[in-house]
Amino acid sequence: MASNRSSSRHQTARHRLSVIAGHLQRPADSNAAVLAVECKAQENRPTVKTGDRSEGRTVPRRRQEIMKWNGWGYSDSRFLFNKKGQAEFTGRRYRLSGMIIPNLKDWFEGTFGANLQHKTPAIPILNSSAVQRPTLNEVFVEELKSTGIPFSHEAEDRVFRSHGHCLHEIFALREGKIGRLPDMVIWPNSHNDVVKIVELACKHNVCLIPYGGGTSVSSALECPPEETRSIVSLDTSQMNRILWIDEKNLTAHVESGIVGQDLERLLNESGYCTGHEPDSMEFSSLGGWVATRASGMKKNIYGNIEDLVVHIKMVTPRGVIEKSCQGPRMSMGPDIHHFILGSEGHALKPQVSSIFTSFLDGLKTFYITKFKGFDPNRLCVATLLFEGDRERVLQHEKQVYDIAAKFGGLAAGEDNGQRGYMLTFVIAYLRDLGMDYYVIGESFETSVPWDRVLDICRNVKARIIRECKDRGVQFPPLSTCRVTQTYDAGACVYFYFAFNYRGLSDPVHVYEQVERAAREEILANGGSLSHHHGVGKLRKEWMRETVSNVGVGMLKSVKDYVDPNNIFGNRNLL
Amino acid sequence: MASKAVYSHRDPELKKRDEFEDILEERRTTSDLRYALKCYTPVLYKGLTPCKTSELKNMVLQSDQLHYVINQVSKETGTGTDEIQVEVEAILEEMAHRLQLSTVRFFAFTLSKIFKTLFSSICVNEEGIQRLQQAIQEHPVVLLPSHRSYMDFLLMSYILYTYDLALPVIAAGMDFMGMKIVGEMLRMSGAFFIRRSFGGDKLYWAVFSEYVKIMLKNGFAPVEFFLEGTRSRTAKSLTPKLGLLNIVMDPFLKGEVFDVSLVPVSISYERTLEEALYARELLGVPKPKESTSGLFKARKILSEDYGSIHVYFGQPVSARNLAEGRVNRSQFNLTPRHIPRKPAEEIQDFVNDSAFRLVRAQEESMVLKPWVLLATLLLQNQSAGNKRGMPLDELTEQAVWLRDLSRQFGAFLHWPEHIPPSKVISSSLSLHRSLVRISEGRVQLTLEKGGRAEPGLRPPAITPENELLNQAVVILSCASYRNQTLHVFIRSSLLASAIHYASVNKKQEIFNTFSFLRNMFSNEFILRPGAEVQDFEDACYLLVKSGTLQINQQEVLVTERGQRTLAFLTNILDPFVQGYQMVCRFLCEEETEGLTEKQFVPAIRKFIIKHLLIGRLKYAEVLSSDLQKNALAALLRLGAVQKLRRSEEEWTLKVNTVMVNSLEDTLGGKLPTQNPLVARL
Repeated sequence: MASNRSSSRHQTARHRLSVIAGHLQRPADSNAAVLAVECKAQENRPTVKTGDRSEGRTVPRRRQEIMKWNGWGYSDSRFLFNKKGQAEFTGRRYRLSGMIIPNLKDWFEGTFGANLQHKTPAIPILNSSAVQRPTLNEVFVEELKSTGIPFSHEAEDRVFRSHGHCLHEIFALREGKIGRLPDMVIWPNSHNDVVKIVELACKHNVCLIPYGGGTSVSSALECPPEETRSIVSLDTSQMNRILWIDEKNLTAHVESGIVGQDLERLLNESGYCTGHEPDSMEFSSLGGWVATRASGMKKNIYGNIEDLVVHIKMVTPRGVIEKSCQGPRMSMGPDIHHFILGSEGHALKPQVSSIFTSFLDGLKTFYITKFKGFDPNRLCVATLLFEGDRERVLQHEKQVYDIAAKFGGLAAGEDNGQRGYMLTFVIAYLRDLGMDYYVIGESFETSVPWDRVLDICRNVKARIIRECKDRGVQFPPLSTCRVTQTYDAGACVYFYFAFNYRGLSDPVHVYEQVERAAREEILANGGSLSHHHGVGKLRKEWMRETVSNVGVGMLKSVKDYVDPNNIFGNRNLL
Repeated sequence: MASKAVYSHRDPELKKRDEFEDILEERRTTSDLRYALKCYTPVLYKGLTPCKTSELKNMVLQSDQLHYVINQVSKETGTGTDEIQVEVEAILEEMAHRLQLSTVRFFAFTLSKIFKTLFSSICVNEEGIQRLQQAIQEHPVVLLPSHRSYMDFLLMSYILYTYDLALPVIAAGMDFMGMKIVGEMLRMSGAFFIRRSFGGDKLYWAVFSEYVKIMLKNGFAPVEFFLEGTRSRTAKSLTPKLGLLNIVMDPFLKGEVFDVSLVPVSISYERTLEEALYARELLGVPKPKESTSGLFKARKILSEDYGSIHVYFGQPVSARNLAEGRVNRSQFNLTPRHIPRKPAEEIQDFVNDSAFRLVRAQEESMVLKPWVLLATLLLQNQSAGNKRGMPLDELTEQAVWLRDLSRQFGAFLHWPEHIPPSKVISSSLSLHRSLVRISEGRVQLTLEKGGRAEPGLRPPAITPENELLNQAVVILSCASYRNQTLHVFIRSSLLASAIHYASVNKKQEIFNTFSFLRNMFSNEFILRPGAEVQDFEDACYLLVKSGTLQINQQEVLVTERGQRTLAFLTNILDPFVQGYQMVCRFLCEEETEGLTEKQFVPAIRKFIIKHLLIGRLKYAEVLSSDLQKNALAALLRLGAVQKLRRSEEEWTLKVNTVMVNSLEDTLGGKLPTQNPLVARL
């Protein structure tokens, strides 16, 4: 059995090598440039609501119209094993849609010891009776009505805003378990709407939890179970306009609810981009990026969110905070933006941001796959994306190839690179497939100085394997990692951890214990608590030891000043 | 959970131990030559970066740490880095091993021959070997054998070769290197040599630690060293030395490896080769410098029968498990890891505690032969004033009693079950006929003239003093066997003595006295720092279980039948109590003003001989310089004596007479331990 598995793995590896070798024979300057957007879901805009303001935008007010309530992404797009036992990806949105993925089944069964016979299907439809009745603050609702801002306390709307995409959150939804959830959802349309809502919330002591794209993986959207006030989810998805573009200063003024793909598409129409591309960019919002200190895969060219933001206007219970000018850099004491960037929706609600944009002048994109050596089982592959004008791309390419050549590496053509790039968008759908067959998993990230990268990778992977064994996981887990972002002083490392939970009575608990142990290992090996996912509630137990008592105290005092009554009561971070 | 795995047992009797197998048996029936030339393919560490022995040196020379230290030394001394580099290469040349299989095969052949003549059997626990094999594949391994004989490391390599396990690289003292050919041979069988003291030499330390770490991290070979630092002359485990343990823990603590497996190995000799040598050394005849010709002279000794050897490979201890919950590893995150730093106090405590746990693990798996029980009984009988020895049948009765007691206390006793006790005893006595003889049905130590021929030591004219020293050689040899039982009884002995001294039977007061004694003797025995309460509870548990004591909330009562056990246990500690008192008395009574450390031992020896000769002291074993030095170390630790620096190398002692006096009285039970002076301890 075991040898069987390894020989089939061998075959796969050999096949892959031959594909790569095929690329090598191609002329290097193949002109088939592909735009990044082509890898994401096709624009398949909802045409349902004609009168809706969200025309031309991806996210409707009723998310359930296009998105899954208990899994990742669009309702029509998912992986499944068809009757022949082949994996395929449904829908028409992605380049992968409608395609058969031939080796996925073997890999899946071989890696996890999973079996297509052993299914763990999710409950298909939300049972509204399982949802707690909303606790409404009547006076607040009355006054809100008079403002004309749309709101809802329907079960579906509330459930959608009660979670992010942590494993335990999705697992519970698939089992139909729903805990504390927002009592109502409000969709502000503009900055002024938000000001009104926050004023009313303060007046009536209502708890507000901002909601952008709902892609959090840090339990940040979870409603604190101990919260007794009425919880109102403030959904920014309808604040999704670009207010202006300033071509002289290369800045744009954008509302916080816009999701990544809309922002990018609309800017592209004018010949610009932000260059901020987190893997979740189809669904995550500008406000969410700011709140978590997000990072994207193109950050080496364009920078992280904190490098892109020039100006923020934000509504707080204390009032509106903003700077008086848009100078690119200022020396005026500690930058107040940094109380907002990474504030995790905690007492702070970013309202409108201006974003640096760059020319897409003569944009040309290359995907390069590089590898070392030819042992198919010990292949090191890097997917690199070059972006910029022709000269700069050529120059970068040359630099990279020179380095690669120095270590015996080669440029391997762009097909694989494109595939890798596309996979970053569909990979989140894969977890849902695993969950149909007893496999649960998640990825988590850290940042670490260069000299410790190899050590941290080895130790965290080994720790995961050891912890799984100690906790009675019956099958060897998938425990792997990759470097996703590089800096002069270190790198961002992603860990992927998944396992087959057959035979375990409380798999989520086991999962959480292992992830917790992995995080401790990360911290012990010089890794950070988070590179860009944020702390949320999932990791806040380590805040004190990672930023020191004084650090926590400083943050607390800001919170106490800005939001003394804890109106923004999601209890993240601190 | 993890740390308990090292050693912890509420009920030692239930302790599970592996079976042994005699590896000499096959050697006696099959060809040694074929054995020496057998196919040798050990399993290796899964993360091994294969490299040749010669490449190791380059890896050390290129390491960041060494570069850093070289630059630092260059800046401090103004010497060019090139010059220092040359010096480093010389150090490495002097240190490095040149492990090669042909030499190992040569040793496999010759040692087979030698072992077969010397020993009746070499018993190894095969399950331990299997565990070790597993451990070697998974993590870098550190082998930590006990150290009682020169034999130890040859024996270790021999066993590992026999079982087709990876051969270790062994940290050996520089004195071995002085042995011309042998030194080089040892080098080629995996020994690397370190200077005995290089305290302040930054460069040497850097080269040495980097050399060890590189071998460990790359999984080149298991690293072997002796936690005790040197051979124990008394057969008691020595207080662990921390230098090398610090070095091998470092890669784990800094995250350079996932884990390190520390494997305690207990080697017990039925009869130690160096038996008389050690006794003489303790009595002040300096140890002969290791030399090849000396080794050949020692051959004469080698024609005798040395009984069996038991080698027990303990449960591998994970450094990670030891550190779990004790060490915050993120403290290493803020400085580059190649910059050498003095370990923080937390780390020092952790390494120290780990070292004690590991030595305790060694102790617990030491196999005790019936003879050690006999030696214990004979010594107690001797000091009770029965100069004519002990009737054989009484010895047999007592030995059987002690056998059962020591089993209850968790001793790893190897007492053949199917043979009647009298036979077991007579064969033990005959193996040790250099120390005991039977005459007229009585068993006596060979203290009188003619008992033992000691060519070379016998002085021309026999003064009372010389006669005493000759007797002391036998007594100290016997004591070295008795000492092998100490780790079994020490905690209970401390409790028994505390009960004996405490005038009342209040549990709290007994605990106070217990703590005082434990603290006093913590240089003498392996008593893990900070484990007072646990030790006290363990001792209480054992004494209650054996029916010696009854303990309720506040009181401790000795049962009728417990008197014998209690007396035995008190007697175990008594020579040490009296010895320490003697040291105190010496410091108070004699002129110690300006006494240097070097002068201390000869001076106190004279003092003790005087007391022994006039009969004021009954234990000749107090002549042991080991005991004297331990006592002094305890007094220094307690602040009753201070060291004053006289010159670069010399220290003098400054005695706080009041305090020493008070300690002596407390030891004698004259003062209650609540004495304010002592309460501070």
